[in-house]
Amino acid sequence: MIVADLRHEELARTLAGAGLRLRTGPFVSRIRSRLPALCDTIALHYAEHPLDDAGGFADFHVRLTAPRSLRRWLRPQVLFEFDDTAAFHPLPAGQAFPVLEWGLNWCVSAHCHQYLIVHAAVVEKSGSALLLPAPPGSGKSTLCAGLVTRGWRLLSDELALIDPATGRIIPLPRPIGLKNASIAVIRAFASRAVLGATVHDTAKGAVAHLKPPVDSVRRAAQAAMPRWVVLPRYEAGAGARLKPVARGRAFMQLADNAFNYHLHGRSGFELLAQLVEACACYELAYGDLEQAVQACETIAAQP
Amino acid sequence: MNVAVTSALREPQALPGWTSPQWEALVRQARSANLLSRLAAVAEDAGVLPQVPAAPRAHLEAARVVSQAHAEAVRREVTQLRKALASTGIDIILLKGAAYLYAGLPAARGRLFSDVDILVPGAALAEVEAALMQHGWATTHHNAYDQRYYRRWMHELPPLRHVSRQTVLDVHHAILPPTARLKPDSAKLLAASRAVSGEPRLRLLAPADLVLHSAAHLFFNEDLGSGLRDLVDLDSLLRDFGRPPEFWPELSARAVELDLARPFYYALRYCRRMLDTPMPEHALRAAETGRPPLGLHRLMDAVFLRALQPQQRGVPDRLAPLARQWLYVRAHWLRMPPLLLACHLTVKALRRQEEGTVPGR
Repeated sequence: MIVADLRHEELARTLAGAGLRLRTGPFVSRIRSRLPALCDTIALHYAEHPLDDAGGFADFHVRLTAPRSLRRWLRPQVLFEFDDTAAFHPLPAGQAFPVLEWGLNWCVSAHCHQYLIVHAAVVEKSGSALLLPAPPGSGKSTLCAGLVTRGWRLLSDELALIDPATGRIIPLPRPIGLKNASIAVIRAFASRAVLGATVHDTAKGAVAHLKPPVDSVRRAAQAAMPRWVVLPRYEAGAGARLKPVARGRAFMQLADNAFNYHLHGRSGFELLAQLVEACACYELAYGDLEQAVQACETIAAQP
Repeated sequence: MNVAVTSALREPQALPGWTSPQWEALVRQARSANLLSRLAAVAEDAGVLPQVPAAPRAHLEAARVVSQAHAEAVRREVTQLRKALASTGIDIILLKGAAYLYAGLPAARGRLFSDVDILVPGAALAEVEAALMQHGWATTHHNAYDQRYYRRWMHELPPLRHVSRQTVLDVHHAILPPTARLKPDSAKLLAASRAVSGEPRLRLLAPADLVLHSAAHLFFNEDLGSGLRDLVDLDSLLRDFGRPPEFWPELSARAVELDLARPFYYALRYCRRMLDTPMPEHALRAAETGRPPLGLHRLMDAVFLRALQPQQRGVPDRLAPLARQWLYVRAHWLRMPPLLLACHLTVKALRRQEEGTVPGR
């Protein structure tokens, strides 16, 4: 069963009641909420995501609630709870969906240390994965969104889950978060892309989410071996300049952007070393998305 | 009492038969009690880890990565500590988690560590602090009252934090505050301590004293947020040290000698009640010396049996927060004579009010 199989009232009832057991990649999140706007956005962005049975095992138990403070009459807020405990400070109610997305990312990055987790977008073509590790503001999600609208498979736009046993990247296809100017860039770049409503004035500015491609969601169980590491850097005015970088630099960028490199000790070092050893590593400074996507196509076309 | 995490720790052999909803409750409880990695170690030692269903097993494996990293971090920290204190020639007695780790005890398996605790002779405190400051440890409490509070009335320095590694170190000169009603003699603890083989300058408390310190720490604590984790420590120490029968009379005699008969009584009682810790009947009878009077006994049962539960239980217990609050007050009551306590709480209350009215704070 997938989310789209539920009628709107059923979805609202499930969210308000026992919770929606949403499967994203290797995880099941049990989401509970009575916020009507959230129900609509989940229905849009997660339409093709599978649902788990009530008797199964959920990895994360989350709830989005309106805090019962006096403020709710003036400026309603939303609170993200993990295991019945507030995980973050409350935020304006209009940000409910971004809060859910950030919260679900946090659930993974704060707990799932069976993986080495790198802050990176990951896309796949002909069985091989391309990693885009980068700090926020580097144009990682924009490039990721550009690539998936041109047929690359989405593994994740935020969290590269590296399986220490196999070295493969475990897919976690979820909506792609776009910020500020990127929103208009993607609308212009792919007119058929499904974007949710823009939420203004968040901690990260204006935010809108791009619905993940159906094919990526259906193939979420297929892990991929990393073959390319591209270090993206947004540079206004630059077309797209691609140049190879030393593996050592790619290694450092992966380690610097990892959430839990410090927990994996020596085996984490070896895992990343093997990963860059098996990859072609590049730096991509870009200001033009079309040219940046072309550059990635060129990399992938090389034998 | 059907609490998933204590059932699982008591009987890990039964884990392969647990259903998905049971695993859900277990993982959540164990995580909230900081016992997920301990559960992983217990399941592994019982040989049942491979039979745990893949989804919950992933959480156990994730937790194990964290506990292994913690253990490595503690070893690194202790190495730095030893270097920092080398010039002083003062021996370092490791306490709690670090002690279990260096003693190679099962209690260290799958344990999480929040800081490192050490014990040094009171007379050496100033020299130790100076040496630590030279090597990058800085005090964490900058308020003059807090500094005086720790230095005059507490059994430890204000916690120190290393400026570059951000690790926290607690330097104790006793195991209870000098103002507490119970007076365990630190000199006796130091005298009975033992060297760690192959680790010059590092020492550990004697086995009985490790148990009694753990008990004193748990049952005098103002915050039982990790109470169940501490009880699991005690359970593990008792199971391990208690195998030779001669340990038990030694332990109860030592409890009396160190003026810790009361926390010792609680330790045996709640370990047995909650974790089925094996212990001979004569040990329980010997511990009766520390049994509180009937009214207090009932109250303590009501409080501890609540406060030691994991907070994530599925069934809300309305009295649990009250029990925790009461423990906070009790811990202070046991720690200071009434007049001093009244002054301390007044200062704290006034300060809170003051801080509340300062704009922009």
